[in-house]
Amino acid sequence: MSDQDVLLEVKNLKKYFPIKAGFFQRKVGEVKAVDDVSFTIKKGETFGLVGESGSGKSTTGRTILRLLDPTDGQIIFDGEDITHIRGNRLREIRQNLQMVYQDPYASLNPKMMVGHIVDEPIRNFTKKKHSELEDEVKELLQRVGLKASDYYKYPHEFSGGQRQRIGIARALALKPKLIIADEPVSALDVSIQAQVINLLKELQEEFGLTYLFIAHDLAVVKYLSDRIGVMKDGNLVEMAPSNELYENPIHPYTKSLLSAILSPDPEVERERKRMKYDPSIHPKNEELSLREVKPGHWVRCTPSEFATYQQQYAQ
Amino acid sequence: MYKGNDYMKKLLEVNNLAVSFTQNNREVPAVRGVNFSVYEGETLAIVGESGSGKSVTAQSIMRLVPMPPGKFVSGSIMFNGEDLIKKTDKEMRSIRGKDISMVFQEPMTSLNPVFTIGNQVQEVLFNHTDISKKEARERSIQLMRDVGINRPEEVIDEYPHQLSGGMRQRVMIAIAIALHPKLLIADEPTTALDVTVQAQILDLLKDIQQEKNMSTIMITHDLGVVASSADRVAVMYAGRIVEIGTVDEIFYNPQHPYTWGLLGSMPTLETDEESLFSIPGTPPDMSNLPKGDPFAPRNPYALDIDREKEPPMFKVSDTHYAATWLLHEDTPPVDPPENIKERWAYFKSNLQKESGMKR
Repeated sequence: MSDQDVLLEVKNLKKYFPIKAGFFQRKVGEVKAVDDVSFTIKKGETFGLVGESGSGKSTTGRTILRLLDPTDGQIIFDGEDITHIRGNRLREIRQNLQMVYQDPYASLNPKMMVGHIVDEPIRNFTKKKHSELEDEVKELLQRVGLKASDYYKYPHEFSGGQRQRIGIARALALKPKLIIADEPVSALDVSIQAQVINLLKELQEEFGLTYLFIAHDLAVVKYLSDRIGVMKDGNLVEMAPSNELYENPIHPYTKSLLSAILSPDPEVERERKRMKYDPSIHPKNEELSLREVKPGHWVRCTPSEFATYQQQYAQ
Repeated sequence: MYKGNDYMKKLLEVNNLAVSFTQNNREVPAVRGVNFSVYEGETLAIVGESGSGKSVTAQSIMRLVPMPPGKFVSGSIMFNGEDLIKKTDKEMRSIRGKDISMVFQEPMTSLNPVFTIGNQVQEVLFNHTDISKKEARERSIQLMRDVGINRPEEVIDEYPHQLSGGMRQRVMIAIAIALHPKLLIADEPTTALDVTVQAQILDLLKDIQQEKNMSTIMITHDLGVVASSADRVAVMYAGRIVEIGTVDEIFYNPQHPYTWGLLGSMPTLETDEESLFSIPGTPPDMSNLPKGDPFAPRNPYALDIDREKEPPMFKVSDTHYAATWLLHEDTPPVDPPENIKERWAYFKSNLQKESGMKR
């Protein structure tokens, strides 16, 4: 993998939140929401981050966007270190880094016309007026499966799935390089989920987009992603190409997560055995880090576990 | 397990239930003539998208639909031989929590934040039984232990914000089963929970049900939850049941194009097709339903008659009915999507019983 193919590189990213207490709100501790996370995303690739609530997956996404300031580590986007950039340079970088949010009801301004919601990112970076952008925005709306006449409507006139399409159109308006999608389909009905997933896939091909896809639904993540990272308690515990991760999971936590997924198939459900994750099985007093057990398949483990995993899995 | 309706007793029978809401001086239907029964000890899953009427159906059984703006248009809900629709509010209060109880979707908002867990579990005991404070406390601790709460002696004096989502849902279940209800209605009980916790809660509900021979109505949009917990399934669309059958009949011998769409649009871990099958369009506006079958505009298999007249229920087997004109004897055979054909083939070779099958 040459460096030119890499769009985003996250190195040892940490984000701690202070716990404050008492009258003077003194810092009494820290929540390690993201604790030493490293991964890279190649151009045109979809990287999926899965984990349960509180695992730090959303914080990772927001820190990459610099909506939160990282405590430590490095974020390298398109060859540039954006960890500490500020002001105008940060604004410029954000043209290429856009986000699609989970809640299609809360993420659109109810007082703004849909056309103006979608052209706002463009107006932020150019001196163009609404009228000059109208045709471009209408085309964009049609591209995400809405009508050109929807330009003049307001968010309340749309269903959840359609609102999510508006959110996607807004994210696309600046032709960004990377889109961070944080649970983009989890608030939608099943039949609508499939429509939005298909749309995200088509747009990726058409615009050569790169996605960081954050979700808790492992079936959806697997369907969309090329590679997947599994997060637990602020750490990446396993990272591998998506088929590899589902067929040959190594970390016991990943195994338990996979065994808990309900399959829409009664015969499979009757046979299903659930695995429970017991964190105490890991050796104590040994240094934990993400190690490459097989080419492209990384597992967070201790040196002694690494040796066992290699014996077991790396043929 | 479901053993066929011949020798199982009906606990609940919903007949031609229709509920509507008044909105801007207009009557908007939410449930439009729903018929189903729940047998003793079984789990019936009601599946549908938002606005399909599944939650209103459940709330009608509990008589929790606010009236007005809600209104029973027609129908009866027979529970133990008595019509719940005719009950007074006072009579309903003695049934709710005791004979029928409910678990809601949001464990975060369905517990009162200013009372301890113990207060809230004991409340249902005090309301329906003559019990001393000491006994109530002991019963509550035992109940909490039954639903898998660690160290219940301490949790009983804690407040809801001190518990995780999964623990809160366990408390809700403890409250719901406190008086051994005959029927438990679970409205999306695991939607707000993480996958591993979801699996634990579903297992817990299954265990309790077997132990107490309780019947369950499981309201959900998640076909994984249905596959893992249901004996029978009713699929709802636009306020009506469009297909009802045993879990095997719905998953492996589905007859309604909407059921086909639902089954096809869920990615599974095995899915690797280029694009997911998706039902085009969006659910209909209930205040402005199209003429004929409300699913027709989204239905690639719609016939001319679908745009004229809503299909009645056609019988597929003794336990399986579907509301689609495709099952009418004059309709030429249709060619369903590939994955449905595979399901049918599997059903024919592995699951079909001899009696009364049409296809």
